[in-house]
Formats: sequence, structure tokens, C-alpha cells
Amino acid sequence: MAERTLAVASAHGLHARPAALFVKAVTDSGLVVELQKGERKINAASILGVVSLGIEHGDDVTLRVEGEGADAVLESLAGFLEKDHDA
Amino acid sequence: MNSGLETRGSVIRGVGIGRATTVGPVLRMPEPVADPVDVPSEREAAEEFARATASLTATAAQLRERGEKAGGTAAEVLDALAMMAEDPALAADVQHRTQDGATAEFAIHAAMATFRDMLVGMGGYLGERAGDLDDVARRAIAHLQGRPAPGIPQSATPFVLVARDLAPADTATLDLDLVLALVTTDGGPTSHTAILAREKGITAVVGAAEAEGLRDGDLVLVDAENGTVELDPPQERIDLALQRTATLEAIRAQSSGPGRLADGRAVPLLANIGSVDSAREAAARGAEGVGLFRTEVLFLGAETAPSVADQAATYREVFAQFPGQKVVVRVLDAGADKPLAFLTDSGEENPALGRRGLRALAAHENVLRDQLTALAQAANDSDALVQVMAPMVSTAAEAQYFRDLAHELGIAVAGVMVEVPSCAIMADHVARNADFMSIGTNDLTQYVFAADRLLGTVAAFQNPWHPAVLRLIEIVGTAGAKHDAPVGICGEAAADPLLAVVLVGLGATSLSMSSSAIADVRAELALHTLDDARRLAALAVSAESAEAARRAVLDAPTTRP
Repeated sequence: MAERTLAVASAHGLHARPAALFVKAVTDSGLVVELQKGERKINAASILGVVSLGIEHGDDVTLRVEGEGADAVLESLAGFLEKDHDA
Repeated sequence: MNSGLETRGSVIRGVGIGRATTVGPVLRMPEPVADPVDVPSEREAAEEFARATASLTATAAQLRERGEKAGGTAAEVLDALAMMAEDPALAADVQHRTQDGATAEFAIHAAMATFRDMLVGMGGYLGERAGDLDDVARRAIAHLQGRPAPGIPQSATPFVLVARDLAPADTATLDLDLVLALVTTDGGPTSHTAILAREKGITAVVGAAEAEGLRDGDLVLVDAENGTVELDPPQERIDLALQRTATLEAIRAQSSGPGRLADGRAVPLLANIGSVDSAREAAARGAEGVGLFRTEVLFLGAETAPSVADQAATYREVFAQFPGQKVVVRVLDAGADKPLAFLTDSGEENPALGRRGLRALAAHENVLRDQLTALAQAANDSDALVQVMAPMVSTAAEAQYFRDLAHELGIAVAGVMVEVPSCAIMADHVARNADFMSIGTNDLTQYVFAADRLLGTVAAFQNPWHPAVLRLIEIVGTAGAKHDAPVGICGEAAADPLLAVVLVGLGATSLSMSSSAIADVRAELALHTLDDARRLAALAVSAESAEAARRAVLDAPTTRP
């Protein structure tokens, strides 16, 4: 399992459009991805789950990826979250 | 297709908006999907879950297909909705509920409601999008029941849209290039559908209850001037109608310049506006100024009143569109359907009869003073002839209070809106305490008939052609002439070309309307002298009903081109 904690860069957090793009990237990877903010962990393939975390700009979140090629997928998803998609 | 109406050429009656006639095939707006009730399923849990999954998958596909057609931002939004339909967390919740014995319909409804409530709880942007989840759930439920998806029907070719009434959300997604005409079974001349039709210049017949019987594909002729919808019209009727529409368009194209009667008497045609954008649009359409600038639109959603400087900046932008022309500003009309946090008392049992309009402003005089101060500043910096008027004035004393305050704060011309029957009945006294009077026919009609103008079940009362309304307008017109106070009209009534002639006959000296209606009203006024208008007004006032008044005027000789 690959895991990383990072701060979300999008100016308006992980809402609406950036959330949809993120979930799309997760489902395209075909791997099981978990996203955690504080105590709450959700399936990152669920857009309702992702938006329910209410992630704001600068919030620390933890990504966990399981399966073959987990490291590369983690790298790419972390890169996504560390970029400002509202810019 | 089978038609619910049997006879060829049968005629359905309603209230027409505008004057044009259009022919086209019917597309019905699907009936709204009712929320499912929680009855125990008679199927196996696995079967219910399979039904739910299939409908959610189909709904996602529908949404994506619509998105691909729409392209751009709409595609992104619809794709996000499709992802919600296919969401694994939603599916897990639905599965859980079907295992507990719920139907697929109720499981989807309840699971989606849980997520919606969560989003609402989070507030902000997500809270505002929560309604999207309801839309996804309704689509899935409609699919389960084998019914068409709710919302504006999709079509590649132009159609006549038949609906109960359109909600503001529906009108936002309406492709006006494809809508030939609007026909509604509910709603009156001040319904959202009617207002949209007037603004966009779409042919419409509203409140046509029998249109319930029309089916998709029925060919109909929609005649707004006569307020009729004819099923399967004969060819000669179609030819005649199209010819008349062409004649009207030619008259409209030729008419330009200021509004005047056939005898040359000027009747300024002004615009109703609520924003800087609509001010630009009105100026472009040849409005001779503004007869009603609704300022509350600028304040909606605000927790506190905007500062004097902020208000003045917006007013300057609007005034700049009308150099040398009149701009009548209505001070904040808060209350009833337009509550403002800093003016409106919450918890009134009956807000339409509550402390609204000038009553609310007088109770918060600092807000009124700030607004008048901002208006005076902006007026000083512009070439527009700025006047102010107070909404919901009921007595001569209120008119005097408002005029004194406006004069004190540097605005020379201050009038009242006549919307409350007491104000119309006492117009001779009110006129002495106001620099002008402007009749708001929508609210005046609502109060004369004690019928909520936004309530569909009493929409039939909301007809300004009714002699009960016209007689009050006549009282105001007579008082205005006697006391040298101009009398304007700024309700939807002024946008009905024939009624506009009657209003002039009753003593209106200027007319204010949605700017899209100006060309038609200008063309109609040019056909009548003041004597003619007075004669038509007398016919309307003495009629027994709204329909009889309109019929009497329509049938009077020399009034039709």
C-alpha cells in the first residue's frame, strides 16, 4: 500500500469541478483509493464521499492506494491535489 | 399519436401574452415526479437492488448524452451529475435500504436525500448545488416507472411547449430557438411563464386548462391575440394567421421613435428594469426612459443594506444609459415574495398584508434615508432626470411623508405607487401630496380581488382587464388630471397593446413595461386617437367581466388594423 499526506492546493478546496476531476482520475486508475481528512476515511471513487469531506484550501488529507502500480497512481493523484485547479 | 381532444379544429381558451400567432407540433413538459412513499417491497431484495442499479446507470447515460449535446460548461455539470448517479457510496446506501425491504424507488429517494441533507448542512456552493441531487433522484425514479425524465423535453426541431406552469429553473434551461410558443394549463398573466414570454417576446397562452388534453405531436395554432389554442387547424386558418403575423411584424418594424397616439399626443413608452444589464437592453430597444427601476433586486440576499457609496455607484451605471431621459426609481420594495433580512419582519402570518414596502422603510428610516441620499448623489452626477417613488402607499399621509423626506434629501420629484385599493380610492387626496402617481397593476389586481398573485389556484382573478381594476385606474386618472399629477402605469398591463390603449383612455400619461413589449405597444397606440381611446375605455369599464371588457374592445369598430 502506498500512502502520502499532503495539503490541498485548489483555491476553493475540493468542491464540485475539481472533485469531479479527481474522482474521474481515481476511477480511471482502476485501483482502490482511500481519502482521509481528520478521522473520516472515504472511498475516493465516490464523488459524494469526496465532497462530503468538505475539503478546503490548505487542508491536510491522506491518500492511500492499494494494488498493482500503487506508487505511480499515488504519485499522479497527489500531483493532482497539489495543483490549484481553480486557478 | 392519440389526442385527448376529439374534434379537429376544437378551440381551447386561455389568456394570451403578446399578439403573435404561431403554428407547430406539441411537446408536453412531463408531469413532475412525486416523491415515492415508503411501502414494503413485494420483490426480492436482490431484484429491487438490480432495478435500482439499472435505473441509476440509465440515468447516468442520459445525463452524459445530454451533456455531450450541450458541450462546454453544461457538459461538465451534467457529467458530474452522472457521476453522482453512479456513485459507489450511493449504491451501498441503496443496497442497504433494499435489503431492509424498501422499493428501488424509495431506496434511491431516501439515499439521495441523505446526501442532499449533508450537502445542505455544509452550506456555501455545495449547499446551493444540493437540488441537483434531487434532480438525479427524480430522473432515476421516472425511469423506474417508465415515465419520461422530468424537465424541458429534448427535441432537435422547434415545438410548442405545453406545461402546467414553468418554474424559474425550467426557464433557465429553455432553448428559446426551439420554442415556437408556450401554452400553460395553470398560471395567469403574471405567472413566471407569462413574464418570461413577455420578456423574450415568445407567443404564449397561459391558464388554458383544457390544454391538459393535448398530446405530443398534436399540431396546434397558438393565437396570443385572441388567447386561443386550436387543435389541427385547417390550412386556410394557418395561412390567415401567418399573414396577420407578417402584417404585425411589418407594422412593428416601421414603428420607431417616441410613443404617440394617432392624433400626435405623446405617450412616453418607458421600460421596467431591475439591473444594469436590463437598463442597457431597454436603452437599445428604444425605451424613452425608465418608468420602474426595481432597486430591491440589487439588495436581494444581502444581510445588511449596501453602503451609500456602493449604492450610488450602481445607480450611476443605470442613469448613464439614459442621458436627458426620465428614470423613475422605486425605493426598496421589501416584503411578501421579496424579503430582505434588514427590513422584513420574519414570522408575519400574512406578509402580503404585512409591514412591506414603504411601511417597512418608515420603520427603518435610516435605510430609506441612505437610499435617497445615494440616489440624490448619483442623480447629481448624471444627465438623467431622476425621480423617486414609494411602493405600497396606502394613505395621503404616507405620500406626504415620502415626498417631504425625498425633497429634504435633495430629490425634487417624488411620487407614489398606487397598488393598494385605498390609495386609488383616495387618489384626489393622494395626488395633492405626490408629484406623480404610478399604478402597479399586478399588486393592485391582487389586492382588489384578495387573490394571491403567485397562487395558481386563484390565478384566474389576476386579470387587469377586469372592470374592477379599470374603475380604480379611472379614479386615479381623473384625480391626476384634476391635480396636474402625471399618472403612469408600470405593471404587466401596460405591455398588452390593446389594454395599453384603454389605460391611456382612462387617463394614463405614460406607460412602462418590459422593453421587449415597447414596439408592439407603440404600433398599437399609433392607430388610435385620444377620443378613440376614451371611447374604448368607456366600453371596457362598463363591461361585466374581464373577458367581456376585452371582447368589447376587440369587437369595437375602427380599432383593428
